[in-house]
Amino acid sequence: MSETSEAPAEQRDAGEALLAVENLRKTFGGIVAVDDASFSVERGTITGLIGPNGAGKSTTFDCITGVYTPDAGTVTFDGEEITGRSPPAIADRGLVRTFQIAREFPEMTVLENVLLAPKDQLGESLWRSVAPIARREVVEQEEELVEQAWETLEFFEIDHLAREYAGTLSGGQRKLLELARALQTEPSMLLLDEPMAGVNPSLEKKLLERVHDLQERGYTFLIVEHDMDVIMNHCERVIVMHQGSVLAEGEPAAIKEDERVIEAYLGGEN
Amino acid sequence: MSEHGDSRPQWVTDALLIGGALLATYAVFTVFGLVLGLDVNGIVSTLQRVTFFAAVYALLALALNLHWGYTGLFNIGVAGFMAVGVYAMGLLSSAEQGFGLPLWIGVVGGMIAAALVGLLAALPALRLRADYFAIVTLGLSEIIRRALLSSSLREFEIGGQSLGTGGGSGIGFPATEGVVDYVLYAGAERGGDPALLGSLLFPLAETVGIQPSVVRSSVYTALLVVFVIAFYLVLSRIGASPFGRVLKGIREDEVAARSLGKHTNTAKIKVFMLGCALMGLAGMLWQGSRGTVTPSQFMPIVTFYVFVALIVGGSGSNAGSIVGGLVFAAALWEGPPFVRRIIRANMDVSTPTTIYDALLPLADLDVLPLVGYLVGSLDEIRFMIVGIVLVVLMLWRPDGLLGHRKEIAAATDLSRPSRRAGREGVEEGGDP
Amino acid sequence: MSTVDLGGGISRLTSERTVRALVVVAAVVLALDLVRRIYTGSLTLGTLGFYLWNGIVDGLVFGLAGIGLSMTYSILRFANFSHGDLLTTGAFSGWTVAYLIAGAGIADTSSRLLLRADGGAPPGQLDLQILGEPIAILAGLVVAALLTVLIALAIDRVVYRPLRDAGGIPLLIASVGVALALRYFIALVYTSQNRAVTASSPEWSSPVFFWTEGVNVHELTMVVSATVLMVGIHLLLQYTKLGTSMRAMADNRDLALITGIPTERVVRATWMIGAGLAGVAGYLIVLDRGTITINLGWFLLLLIFAAVILGGIGSIYGAIVGALIIGLTINVSLVWIPSDMNEIAAFGLMILVLLVRPQGLFGGVETA
Repeated sequence: MSETSEAPAEQRDAGEALLAVENLRKTFGGIVAVDDASFSVERGTITGLIGPNGAGKSTTFDCITGVYTPDAGTVTFDGEEITGRSPPAIADRGLVRTFQIAREFPEMTVLENVLLAPKDQLGESLWRSVAPIARREVVEQEEELVEQAWETLEFFEIDHLAREYAGTLSGGQRKLLELARALQTEPSMLLLDEPMAGVNPSLEKKLLERVHDLQERGYTFLIVEHDMDVIMNHCERVIVMHQGSVLAEGEPAAIKEDERVIEAYLGGEN
Repeated sequence: MSEHGDSRPQWVTDALLIGGALLATYAVFTVFGLVLGLDVNGIVSTLQRVTFFAAVYALLALALNLHWGYTGLFNIGVAGFMAVGVYAMGLLSSAEQGFGLPLWIGVVGGMIAAALVGLLAALPALRLRADYFAIVTLGLSEIIRRALLSSSLREFEIGGQSLGTGGGSGIGFPATEGVVDYVLYAGAERGGDPALLGSLLFPLAETVGIQPSVVRSSVYTALLVVFVIAFYLVLSRIGASPFGRVLKGIREDEVAARSLGKHTNTAKIKVFMLGCALMGLAGMLWQGSRGTVTPSQFMPIVTFYVFVALIVGGSGSNAGSIVGGLVFAAALWEGPPFVRRIIRANMDVSTPTTIYDALLPLADLDVLPLVGYLVGSLDEIRFMIVGIVLVVLMLWRPDGLLGHRKEIAAATDLSRPSRRAGREGVEEGGDP
Repeated sequence: MSTVDLGGGISRLTSERTVRALVVVAAVVLALDLVRRIYTGSLTLGTLGFYLWNGIVDGLVFGLAGIGLSMTYSILRFANFSHGDLLTTGAFSGWTVAYLIAGAGIADTSSRLLLRADGGAPPGQLDLQILGEPIAILAGLVVAALLTVLIALAIDRVVYRPLRDAGGIPLLIASVGVALALRYFIALVYTSQNRAVTASSPEWSSPVFFWTEGVNVHELTMVVSATVLMVGIHLLLQYTKLGTSMRAMADNRDLALITGIPTERVVRATWMIGAGLAGVAGYLIVLDRGTITINLGWFLLLLIFAAVILGGIGSIYGAIVGALIIGLTINVSLVWIPSDMNEIAAFGLMILVLLVRPQGLFGGVETA
């Protein structure tokens, strides 16, 4: 995947916040889902976002990626404030997410799913897709895109499923497909919402390998995950949310020992 | 269903399918005609009528397929957008009730008007759920129809020019069917000296006993068929393109498409406007062909007819839309009156006024009055059948006869690059 | 879930607020204009009273019909396009019974069975009005409810039950099919002739009805029956176990399933209440209008949808209030616009509400 490895190359200088969330707040009716949450994610890292059910992790994702407009607070990405922008505008900036329950396009083939994603496709303009001469360029670009799509499918080892309808895939395969699709947009940062949910152990290993490969190429990850082993063994930093706020932030080892975190998890289960 | 690797392009498969269906329909109606003892003129006229309705329903189903089949926009205001097209054309080109501009300006204007009303509906309504969207579009189409019916718009003035929808009595304008006179008669004067195509067709028709009026209608119907092909080509191109992929993405999961950076709102607005313009055009070609329309030609039932045509064929498939239009026109529209004629010609049936009078003789084992009543109530039965067909399709074949929404949306061959290279004769081991 | 933002973030919010502000301004302007018209005498209080009364009469019947539509929408999760034809079913079955009873010894069997499909025995001859034949009319009312329930349950069994999990759109399309089949089956039996089936209503004068010399007793019957039924439904939903289950299912079907609410029983109850009320509504509309046609319910469907959407799907109180608003709109709007444009105002109002406040005035359940 030559093009994906080039894009984020200059972003390797770690230590700088790529994504910064400040005083984020979102309520539904009377329920406060995210309450004054602030955290940041450094370039080139794999950062984990954990917390008991209902801690506001998915809503935070939704607020960052524009699915919801936050009631208060700011989201800054790559030095630019993106609060309240529309999801496509945010994805255009290079911040792309996956969903807790994979949202594949069921009645499209796996290949079509992946082909949909790349940015700036000429043929996405209505007149170009119809007009006789302009369409030639579309077809040329399309051939490149097909090549690139196959490479991505091979990278994720789901190329044998290319012609299957995405709706027929297993839960784990869908998670892979979603990640492959997200990568096709050539983002600089990926927000993965429970990427390992429903993925069997061998596939999970594969997925984690892919994530590390991509990190080496310069990608930044923010991952919501319930599996503590994944978080503790694969993330450089961990953010813990509880009741809509950030409870703790730090290295996995430190988080593991944090009294408040243990309390929150135990408290949540009682 | 065309899999890739199938050497036959999609359009060839589609053409064979549609051609086959058309031939079968013609065969059935020719037999009907022979049973009824129709002459050549009668049979040709029948086939022309079937083709005409098949073509107009195919046009509308194709346009609706762009909305519903491709994009998942559940538009049940088709009749309203047709009405906008026809009335805008009428107001532009009618000499008495409009500006009296040339017909082609009227047609272009009608399409633009339909697209603009589509925009008006689309801008705010596109973020609604599918069922709300359906109710809004139905509401809009009824607003349009009632406004056209209203006496307040019967006559009004714009810039000193007196215009009017004519209320319930409708609007008159140059018939779109009149365009065929340009290729049939000298000076485009109907009934004048045959010219161009006319000088070829009229004598030919006369030798087999076909009347000039049937020739004229047939030429217009042929023009409609050309439009069907044009719609098919344009829509297939849209479908097989990255734009079509975005539409499919919207249909399948709009939130996911947006999260991948697809500006779905723009795509939806564009596609909605285009579909509405095509519906307006189809309306002009159909309801405008006689040179006069009234609001009662745009009842919501027309929309449901189009839906039946689309769903019978299989939404998401352009070929399906055309076949659906044909099946609808042949089996549900033109077929039943033929059955009635055949029954009436061959059985001595009276038509009792009520079902009571029809059922009473059953006590004496006389079924003829009941048959007569049912034959006389053919219109009602036809509507019932349309309804039952919809239900049955939803229960057993929600994807339609050619059921699939799965035509691949890509502008090029999708096989693995290595394989494609191999097919082109370049012996290469694959991509690095 | 489609509750998520598909529009464009902040700009959409502000535009929504602008529209909302405009709506309020428009309402205030209209109200002021109404006062001005009364003050200057271009609109008499009598005329306004007449419009308001008609608005309430229409609104209550729409409300009766709307309750069922709202309930099926929220519990069965689809927009039932055949609901209007349940009104038609009620109207035809009920008035057939009324005719059968009232016509005994006067009209011939065919007229009595088929509601004058043969054009015989005009209703005046039968004295078919509420004071003349109260028992026949009451019997008709009961049958209108019962038969409509039976037909709705049968249709549910054959069509909607197999499609229970098929999603809103296939169900919607199927309901369009049901609407056509049902309506034209009725047409096949009764013919599609528009005809008079009730004698003209007696009038009752009382100083309470200041705008008119005598109020139409049939309208009064409608108002009383509709109000009684609405109160009954309110009590049923609030104070019975069935009502609690129904409300729970309207709120969250999946949760209701998990908590062990007998879904199919609730669905059956929904059809019984919804179709029963629809049948009664159709029957009462004919009582008021005096004429019956197979398009009776279909032509009202969009107005009923408007009422339900206005009030917020899933809330029966919303449906009632929405229906009153729609009823008042189509009548009071006559102050400003010609009578052939008033339904445009009602549909326009519905579209406006869908755009500004899709969850309706009473914030019903926003289902995905």
